[in-house]
Amino acid sequence: MAGTAACAAMTAMPGTSRAENAGTDQPVLARVSFTMNGQRRDLELDTRTSLLDAAREHLHLTGSKKGCDHGQCGACTMIVDGRRINACLTLAVMHQGAEITTIEGLGQPENLHPMQAAFIKHDGYQCGYCTPGQICSGVAVLAEIKAGIPSHVTADLNAPMQVTDAEIRERMSGNICRCGAYSNIVEAMTEVAGNLTTRGPA
Amino acid sequence: MKFDTPAGQNPIDRLKVVGQPLDRIDGKFKTTGTAPYAYERHDVAANQAYGYVLGAGIAKGRVRGIDTEAAGKAPGVVAIVTTLDMPKLGLGRMNAANLFGGAEIQHYHQAIAVVVAETFEQARAAAFLIKVDYVRAAGQFDLAAVAASAKPVPGDSGEGSGGGGEDRTGDFEGAFAAAAVRFDETYTTPDESHAMMEPHATIAAWEGEKLTLWTSNQMIAWTKGSIAKILGLPADAIRVDSPYIGGGFGGKLFVRSDAVVAALAAKAAGRPVKVALTRPLIANNTTHRPATIQRIRIGATKDGTITAIAHESTSGNLPQGKPETAVDQTKLLYAGANRLTAMKLAHLDLPEGNSMRAPGEAPGLMALEIAMDEMAEALGMDPVAFRVRNDTQVDPGHPERPFSHRNLVGCLELGAKTFGWDRRNPKPGQVRDGRWLVGIGMAAGFRNNLLMKSGARVRLGRDGVVTVETDMTDIGTGSYTIIAQTAAEMMGLPLDRVVVRLGDSDFPVSAGSGGQFGANNATAGVYAACVKLREAVAQRLGFNSADAVFEDGAVRSGNRTEALAQAASEGELVAEDSIAYGDLAKKQQQSTFAGHFVEVGVDVDTAEIRVRRMLAVCAAGRILNPKSARSQVIGAMTMGVGAALMEELAVDTKRGFFVNHDLAGYEVPVHADIPHQEVIFLDEVDPQSSPMKAKGVGELGICGVGAAVANAVYNATGVRVRDYPITLDKLLERMPDAA
Repeated sequence: MAGTAACAAMTAMPGTSRAENAGTDQPVLARVSFTMNGQRRDLELDTRTSLLDAAREHLHLTGSKKGCDHGQCGACTMIVDGRRINACLTLAVMHQGAEITTIEGLGQPENLHPMQAAFIKHDGYQCGYCTPGQICSGVAVLAEIKAGIPSHVTADLNAPMQVTDAEIRERMSGNICRCGAYSNIVEAMTEVAGNLTTRGPA
Repeated sequence: MKFDTPAGQNPIDRLKVVGQPLDRIDGKFKTTGTAPYAYERHDVAANQAYGYVLGAGIAKGRVRGIDTEAAGKAPGVVAIVTTLDMPKLGLGRMNAANLFGGAEIQHYHQAIAVVVAETFEQARAAAFLIKVDYVRAAGQFDLAAVAASAKPVPGDSGEGSGGGGEDRTGDFEGAFAAAAVRFDETYTTPDESHAMMEPHATIAAWEGEKLTLWTSNQMIAWTKGSIAKILGLPADAIRVDSPYIGGGFGGKLFVRSDAVVAALAAKAAGRPVKVALTRPLIANNTTHRPATIQRIRIGATKDGTITAIAHESTSGNLPQGKPETAVDQTKLLYAGANRLTAMKLAHLDLPEGNSMRAPGEAPGLMALEIAMDEMAEALGMDPVAFRVRNDTQVDPGHPERPFSHRNLVGCLELGAKTFGWDRRNPKPGQVRDGRWLVGIGMAAGFRNNLLMKSGARVRLGRDGVVTVETDMTDIGTGSYTIIAQTAAEMMGLPLDRVVVRLGDSDFPVSAGSGGQFGANNATAGVYAACVKLREAVAQRLGFNSADAVFEDGAVRSGNRTEALAQAASEGELVAEDSIAYGDLAKKQQQSTFAGHFVEVGVDVDTAEIRVRRMLAVCAAGRILNPKSARSQVIGAMTMGVGAALMEELAVDTKRGFFVNHDLAGYEVPVHADIPHQEVIFLDEVDPQSSPMKAKGVGELGICGVGAAVANAVYNATGVRVRDYPITLDKLLERMPDAA
């Protein structure tokens, strides 16, 4: 498994080095540098470390959640180079030079991102564990629609993309909320999308 | 404070803060990722190591040997603890399966080892180097196959439903045989998983013989007591801290293996250890809602008056486990002079069955409320009218006991009007919208209200800020906010002058979160503590506490007004009390009621089912915060859709485990499955419940939803499915012609 990861990441890894005593399966360490929430981070990591665990365990940015570690729940969603991804399904060392935004980078308790404020207003969360992933996904979904990226429910690929309930529900379905705040999340995202439309691009 | 007479007028009735749809006070932390969950507490203990739990690969038998040699030599490994290192540890409160220790395997994925290493990756890699030698034993894994051997057993969900193995009123058999219209059908509900988003997790740290657990748990005092019992420690040597819980739904009511093995691992490693159960362990290592087989018989006169009703349920569990109390609501929901309810329990060697959101009522109403729909059709009656006809204002088995407050009829009638029930075609399979067959269905919701002792401590600081401390938990329910609202109302403060600290076993013991008993009891405990604090404040300021008015940050009596903070000018004032209950709930039945209405579309070719509209009308006493209470209800409605249409732990009846043990295999509703949801709360109070006059809603919201979906599917297609979940394969062969 470690070997596969090293191969996949070969072009992106400047500093792969096998520790001494390689014969007894010492962890393969590699250096990686990326920008997380505007801050440059230089890490030397076990190559098996997921991007999620790099954030949670090494950088102590625990806002991104581990719900399944399998890419099944979306709680770990981060925005990497402008696209949302499941951070549990990707190795940290694959992100050399990436620009990464986590929930902590979107806004802070006294400086909320509009999506965070809308989730609070519409009670788009309950236990809060899926919430950072929902919010990161929500921000990225609106950007995807604005960029004209179609989804399974987009009826007309030639018409301007609209922020509809159906588009939101389809695109957000990789983010599970077991507390069942979906109806409120759609309202929160719709409000943010409306504000974006009336105010123009943020 | 003893609550043994109905509540009169009190400061809560001002409703300046309580009863308002306020945003949650923890919202800015949860939405920014700054609310700390159990596994994330890097700050609480230095030098934390990582524990990785290994689950048993057999369902029943014993462990003959565990070879840890290779794992022990793996890089970064600090310690390994195996189940063979100690005798079987005792059961914690409500546990049916032992959580660790000894050679016996009681169920698949039982924890048998924990590997501690410097990093998560190292612990995981080393765990897979452990070789286990098992001796398999034969077991019973198929409920249907062993149902005939099930025996009547009394049982109690611990959450307000329960009963004897068999409970009777009048002569059911005689009345049923004599009834003009008779109905007799059997329904099944599958095993379900809580599938909360945060896996069970604990950081354990020892200081000498003192143990601290930062964990994710709904019931702090129970867990503290259970850990003491399991590990043989004095309770005062243990601290449990659980300020944020990433969902529970009953799956975190009782102590689980993560806490036990984290404590053992930390002892062995000589340093703090953090453990999270991996997602694939959740279904089989922890608990689940047990499957049921339910037979319902209803006898009625031709005008639709029920004369005989019987509800019998069979479920299975490990030898120490309880039956699923699926028949209890049938004792109370409808009138009828002759009644029979019975619970049978079979021995199964599957993982432990235990409480999941509305244990008993949730699966019980999934069956009963289809039966009511079928009986209404047999009678040629409207399903709403049939339920209204059989409403009761007293406990039918004990007519001397009235309900404290019951407005089920109001829920059903307002729901019908709001939802457009009069547009429903009673003949199924008639309404088309393009490729969709459209149907609407309804069901009654019912869940008891439970009174539990609950304590709190309140502090008035020199700055005039009131701090509430209680071991109450917030599992997404809104406890932080409604507790702050209660203290703010009582002390005459705005919400932002109240601080709430929860989930720490050093705080006074509360009701905890379960059985929809948290909101009413925990806030009533805060009310009691605030009454004491008001007395202390009045005394300090030289007021008579009986006529002092607490308002706008000040205390007023006659012509004199003092700032509240003035009372603490010479030092913090602290008051502690609890609410304890007399026998009000014995004299009168306290319950909550709902009407659930659902519209579905069923694809005429593929039988794909889509929920199009949902409405719940709830009668549950005073609603402390309509915004967070509504969220509890829509969340429960969502889980009800899951139960109706997709959720099923698939049993491997040969090997004895739940096969689909992750979030890809165990399907729960996602965004695309859930439409806009409407909730209406009837404006009511119940002075019998507590000084708050509130009852619970968090479980009421799921009670009946599954049947409302099922009845809507029937109305759409004319195909009656009695085995949940209602998946398209169960409809396809019987679908009406697509023409």
